[in-house]
Amino acid sequence: MNRSHKIQQRLRELFESQQLAVLATHRSGQPYASLVAFYATEDLKHLFFVTPRTTRKFENLIADSRVSLLVNSSTNQTADFHRAVSVTVVGNASEVVGTERQPILERYLQKHPHLEDFVHSPSCALVRVSAKSYFMVQNFQHVLELHLNQ
Amino acid sequence: MKWILSAEDIQHEDRQRVGGKGYALTVLANNGFQIPETLCISSDTYQQYVEHTGLRERIQLELHRKDFKEMRWEEIWDCATRIRNMFLRKQIPEHIAKSLKTAIQSRFKDNPVAVRSSAPEEDTAEASFAGLHESFINISGIDAILEHVRKVWASLWSDAALLYRQEIGLSVEKSTMAVVIQAVVPGDRSGVAFTQNPNDASQGVIESVYGLNQGLVDGTVEPDRWLLDRKTRRIISHSPANRRFWIVPIDQGVQLNPLPDMMSRMPPLNDEETREVFNQARRAEDCFGRPQDVEWTYRNRSLVVLQSRPITTLASGKTDDKRGWYLSLHRSLENLKSLRKKIEGELIPAMIAAAKEMAGTDLTLLPDRFLAEEIRRRWEINHKWVNIYWEEFIPFAHGVRLFGQVYNDAIKPEDPYEFVDLLTRTQMASLERNRMLEDLAERIRNHPQLAEQLQKGLYSETDPDFRTQIDTFVRKYGDLSCAVTGGSQCARDTEPLIQILLEMANHPRALAGLHKSGEVEILKKKFLSCFAGKQRTQAVDLFELARTSYQLRDDDNIYLGRIEAQLLAAVQEARQRIKNTQIREAGDSTGTELEAVLADLDYRVQIRNPYRQETGAPFHIKPRQLIGQPGGPGIASGTARVVRQHADLAGFKYGEVLVCDAVDPNMTFVVPLASAVVERRGGMLIHGAIIAREYGLPCVTGIPDATALIATGDRITVDGYMGMVIIGTGEI
Repeated sequence: MNRSHKIQQRLRELFESQQLAVLATHRSGQPYASLVAFYATEDLKHLFFVTPRTTRKFENLIADSRVSLLVNSSTNQTADFHRAVSVTVVGNASEVVGTERQPILERYLQKHPHLEDFVHSPSCALVRVSAKSYFMVQNFQHVLELHLNQ
Repeated sequence: MKWILSAEDIQHEDRQRVGGKGYALTVLANNGFQIPETLCISSDTYQQYVEHTGLRERIQLELHRKDFKEMRWEEIWDCATRIRNMFLRKQIPEHIAKSLKTAIQSRFKDNPVAVRSSAPEEDTAEASFAGLHESFINISGIDAILEHVRKVWASLWSDAALLYRQEIGLSVEKSTMAVVIQAVVPGDRSGVAFTQNPNDASQGVIESVYGLNQGLVDGTVEPDRWLLDRKTRRIISHSPANRRFWIVPIDQGVQLNPLPDMMSRMPPLNDEETREVFNQARRAEDCFGRPQDVEWTYRNRSLVVLQSRPITTLASGKTDDKRGWYLSLHRSLENLKSLRKKIEGELIPAMIAAAKEMAGTDLTLLPDRFLAEEIRRRWEINHKWVNIYWEEFIPFAHGVRLFGQVYNDAIKPEDPYEFVDLLTRTQMASLERNRMLEDLAERIRNHPQLAEQLQKGLYSETDPDFRTQIDTFVRKYGDLSCAVTGGSQCARDTEPLIQILLEMANHPRALAGLHKSGEVEILKKKFLSCFAGKQRTQAVDLFELARTSYQLRDDDNIYLGRIEAQLLAAVQEARQRIKNTQIREAGDSTGTELEAVLADLDYRVQIRNPYRQETGAPFHIKPRQLIGQPGGPGIASGTARVVRQHADLAGFKYGEVLVCDAVDPNMTFVVPLASAVVERRGGMLIHGAIIAREYGLPCVTGIPDATALIATGDRITVDGYMGMVIIGTGEI
């Protein structure tokens, strides 16, 4: 397994183990962070989350699709500094509509079965973040970048 | 992992795993009692199920929508209904179901079984959960058995169980449930035995009925009762019952049937049998080391013990246990049917007559002293009817809830409130009134000249036919000024009515209920097709009862409103006279008499005013997204109109969102103008939700600070799917 595969594997494990990601959007240049329950595809090209259309985060990402997500394994302990892995995702967000919605939601609900009522609410949107780059931080300050080839 | 255990194999360390009932049966079996064939589905199975299906967190999300203490019991019932529906719709995962099926089928073959709750926290000496969790008798077929296992699991989250656990301080998070599966013993006589009388420690009590025990346990069949001396074990007394019914098994369940004449003349037990039951129960007491409440049945003269549990009322000595009240939240079909007779046959005609009788008095002709007496008299009448409302009309609303549960059990719908759609095409008095309002508005809409006259305040110059129509409306429903002004201007004034009509005329007609005709027939067919034979007759009965109950949920308030309006009219007359006297001369004695009666009663009159404003917080809060309960599906945005008192209704504009403490049926006439409804009181079956559903409007209920946090003029979005209100724009 080469280095790139190893990093990808670590990302998959992290994404599988974590329920929540911090989503960063902005409005007129003012950054705005929120929490979302997410799932990432096996190929690491996409991350998905669900949000009501009435939220600030949704309004923001519709106005500007450039977003960032932070996923990390810290547990609010001192040991997090050396042990936790943190990944920043940079990419573009868009709402998923039409026939591709259903299979993605099914996969999403496998990870978050308790959100069944939430995701099926007609006022909620399924959002796809198409990843461009990953920035992985380990061992406190060790940073690796992973850029998806376009 | 031990998913299913046989009573003989259960060890002491399994006690938590099989619950109180399951463990007690094992002790009984090991001590030579005759018990039915028994299997226990352990609480591990429940844990696996809720974990695997995601229900564990879904239940917690449901229960933590808002602070439990802030929920009204109607909201808790709604929570319980939604949770129950989750259990109905989620199958047991195949890898668990497989081992359950194998064990159950090899033990019971195709014989009918009882599926009983056995929560680990149940039947401990500290708390009695008797009757709070569900048990089902006479269930056949492996799929039906597993479905009923899920229903027993769901009963861990019934409204009564949730309230009771909250009251006795048991953790909701740690709740778990084992299930006992027992062969049905088709006993010919059954009953319960208390080895110690809760009222007299020297005595024991035995109660017995013909047939199965269910009727005795839920109170529908009156039992014969014996008192025995604990020491000598002699019978002290026998109180025979008025023996009229018995519970017998039918396919998939049990049924209440009239008792054959022969049996009704004889007590279910003779003296020898009574003593045998008592001796067995005392032996159970010896095994468990404390007084027991033993359920038993006789089959062909052979005594079988069904379960045994400690008597909890002895241990705690507490008299404020509200379990009985929580249980009374659920009423039987029989009970509701007799309540219906009383309400339709006696109470409503009496209410109409009371309002009519009061309206017959011309208040202006009464001297002050008589007016003061009349106010007191009207206050008493109103007070009496408010009490009847709480004692008879509100419990009758349970007809809708009972129907909802039966409907959901049969259909397992995606939307647990689908059953409401089946009830909406009824002639509610407030809908009828709104329809009349729409007709009047239609007339203004089609006659621009009439509209112009009304705008200019030239009512007396309008077409006599139109005025006749208005008079007819006013005679039937009052002129709305009472509703709009909260009774402060009950003296006749058609102005508020005309204002509302003009606003209605400016916009297209709202079509209440029309969008659903046809759909209702399909739903009804779907529901009734789930039943056959006697069960179908019962389902039809229940459906009819639920319709009446649903309709009354609205109408009773209208009738009560008419009575209150008569009281308010008298109060208003008195206020007017006091004002006039003060202008004429100070210190008039008769004026004082009226002032005294108002001072005496006014406070109490205002007690019923639900529109009091909540005091605000001392610091600035800007609400953005408020969570309540989803009361009617849909999403809509509009300008908020916060109604804190009736007077706020007069300026209601088309497309506004009605935000209020409680939608009173006497103010529903603005609903056709509204784009959505937000209500502080929570619940799916409150007036606001009912009327919003009827008009197809998004509705959110149960936002505790709605009228304090939302201001008239705020731009708000009502998300009736998720039960939340979003205020303002997303500025950062």
